Amino acid sequence: MLTQDNLQKWAPLLVLVVLVVFFTAVNPNFLSIRNFARIAIASTPALMIAVGVTFVILMGSIDLSMEGSVAVCAVLFATFFAALGGSLAGPGLLAVPATLLVGAVFGAINGLVHVKLRIPSFMASLSMGFVGIGLSLLITGGDRILVEDPLFRSLLTVRLGGFPLMTYVAIVALLAGWFIQNHTTIGRNFYAVGGGEDLAHASGLNVNKVRVICFLIAGVFYALGAMLAVAQIGIAETVTGRNLMFVSITSVVVGGTALWGGSGGVWNTLIGVLIVNVIGNGMVVIGLPSYVQDGVLGLLVITAVYLSTDRRSLSFVK
Amino acid sequence: MFELRKVEKRFPGVHALKGIDFKIGRGEIVGLVGENGAGKSTLMKVIYGAYQHDGGEVLVDGKPVRFHSPREAMDRGVGMVFQEQSLIPNLTVMENVFLGYEKQFVRFGKIDWKRMAEATRHQLEKVKLAIDPATVTSKLSFAQRQLVELAKVLTLEERVDGNLVILLDEPTSVLAKEEIELLFTLMRDLRKRASFIFVSHRLDEVIELSDRIYVMKDGAVVDAVESGKAEVEAIQRKMVGRDINREYYREEKQRPYDEGKVLLELDAISLPGRYKDISLKLHAGEVLCLVGVEGAGREAILRTVFGLLAPQTGKMSIHGSPAGAVSASQRVAHGIGYVPRERKIEGIVSGMSVFENMTLSQMDKYTRAGVLDIAAERKLARDWIKRLSIKASSENADCGNLSGGNQQKVVLAKWRSGGSDIILLDHPTRGLDIGAKEDVYDMVREMSAAGVGVVLVADTLEEAIGLSHTIAVVKDGEIKKWYNCPPGAKPSLYDLIHYMI
Repeated sequence: MLTQDNLQKWAPLLVLVVLVVFFTAVNPNFLSIRNFARIAIASTPALMIAVGVTFVILMGSIDLSMEGSVAVCAVLFATFFAALGGSLAGPGLLAVPATLLVGAVFGAINGLVHVKLRIPSFMASLSMGFVGIGLSLLITGGDRILVEDPLFRSLLTVRLGGFPLMTYVAIVALLAGWFIQNHTTIGRNFYAVGGGEDLAHASGLNVNKVRVICFLIAGVFYALGAMLAVAQIGIAETVTGRNLMFVSITSVVVGGTALWGGSGGVWNTLIGVLIVNVIGNGMVVIGLPSYVQDGVLGLLVITAVYLSTDRRSLSFVK
Repeated sequence: MFELRKVEKRFPGVHALKGIDFKIGRGEIVGLVGENGAGKSTLMKVIYGAYQHDGGEVLVDGKPVRFHSPREAMDRGVGMVFQEQSLIPNLTVMENVFLGYEKQFVRFGKIDWKRMAEATRHQLEKVKLAIDPATVTSKLSFAQRQLVELAKVLTLEERVDGNLVILLDEPTSVLAKEEIELLFTLMRDLRKRASFIFVSHRLDEVIELSDRIYVMKDGAVVDAVESGKAEVEAIQRKMVGRDINREYYREEKQRPYDEGKVLLELDAISLPGRYKDISLKLHAGEVLCLVGVEGAGREAILRTVFGLLAPQTGKMSIHGSPAGAVSASQRVAHGIGYVPRERKIEGIVSGMSVFENMTLSQMDKYTRAGVLDIAAERKLARDWIKRLSIKASSENADCGNLSGGNQQKVVLAKWRSGGSDIILLDHPTRGLDIGAKEDVYDMVREMSAAGVGVVLVADTLEEAIGLSHTIAVVKDGEIKKWYNCPPGAKPSLYDLIHYMI
């Protein structure tokens, strides 16, 4: 049934389909496995970051620390990896859980700063992002760290069904995100806090704990995104996380997750990431200059928020 | 000059105003009284333009009008002095007085503060308030703010030709005696220019001041009493309406409670400014009702029991052991459930489904290692939907789309299914229609039968008397009087009011 609610729910997917049809019509080369694989590679790290921040946005908070978090995780991963022998086949594998732990700790600090010092999540996470950037510069001294282990690089180089392995890693992580969202207490709590914080409190939830855990989980996804970003180019450096803040938050919002929390989820985010990357890729394919892309993405966010907002329920927007 | 004819207003599920006829002449002071939820505030909102009527006519000087916003109403001379004060605390007095109307003081894009201060001083003189217009509003006393509020509305005098209608919502509730006298003198003086609609719980004041008194009940004007013939008792009877109907409150189902089993005990708890020396015992199967006027401290007591407020002194024990840390989650774990007044804010999460709402307070029981057993959650929800006959398309329906009564049932199901045996009900029937109210009463009786103790803050006195085993009359944060209310020997409304006011 085509009601307004339904339309709002399916609009992001519809937009994605329309975009694909449009770019294909302009340039038939757009619709090919090769090109889709390209889109998938570009989307992978962003998807991980976006899934992480989806949880935070579901609670009605915001996390802007991802660029710093990714920078720290990327350079620490490369450092651990090199120190542990530089191969995934050996003890270097331990660098993976170690990095996830770093992401979790970074996220937890972020959450604790927000909750314990009572700083708005916007400011707490933005500042933590800068701390992360500074920290990663301190670790690398501004240098790049190369990661050349062929086994690690196989994430990009080895393809299965036309798509590189890292796409499958991302899909597994997305499913994990979906599981957290729909089948765990903490996931349900995100919706409860986002839908009505006072109520969640009055139902006996420890809202502050939920918040800290949420930032922690987001941090783990950032760490995952950081490692995939390193796998993508084989280099870990401070700028590994560059641009991920705008792209990930754009994706979450374009996918239809409400900025004030309570509705949306990781599937919306998947669609959002694909929309953003299809636009980016499609504009290259049809030959538009790259600087147009940022402008288009900005307009897209405004449109998406405008369309996805149920303005009847909002009296004021601050 | 200002008249309502057969005005109707409906909200989803509630018929808030039913054929209201209301008239106010030039220079008149008209009283408006009624119990909470009788429709007074809705009526006022229609008058000052916050709501639009769905039926009937609003006439100004005989011509039909329709106010789409308070501003339009103000442009026709209708202004409101708010009970919950509407001044913005971080702005100065003059900025507040001319908020939205600064244009007259603007020269070349710049506000001429001197002229605005001058104009504000002129307004403040009307209410005989000698303060600096540049004072930041938060520095004023409540009474001063009330007068500034009035001064703000009186700017209409210069702005609008013709007569003014000024609404005063509980203007005396925060004022001391001399301040009330001053206000009344002011109102009488201002009758040359303005008519007043005066809403108050204090009937003696209304009678003293008004030319005519409209009595509202259940969304309708049940009587318009001329001042000469007004008597407190007669008006009270009309506000309450029909005699207390025993069947309505399920009195025949009221059973004695279990005196041997104390669920909750408060021992002389105090919180300065909120309540003092509160002691009570809640037994299994008992409905204990806290009765008092708005702001008497009833809600603070409930919130303390639920761990949202901490008492400064005194002891509290739940199921015979000390209450422990002040936190809602701790209280939930000890079997206390809270059904708050603001259903939309604290009762249900709209956007979440019925089953998600029901298990929100007890997710631990439906998880293993953090993973939810959704099938079990759904089953629980289906059982309770059937048990309380909740009208929802399924357990997956969005709670936000249910009617008020059904939302209330979901909230109750949430606590009951979680095994809570101390339930705090804060205005559980507010905003519900009669049928839904009766459902709630049935549920209260059913809870008593199941050995649950209920602390109730009722929407009306009748409800309090009808439902409770025990009544505590709270005034100014203290329990002034206890009543036992066995079926057939309940105290009367007038007994209670005597101790409330």
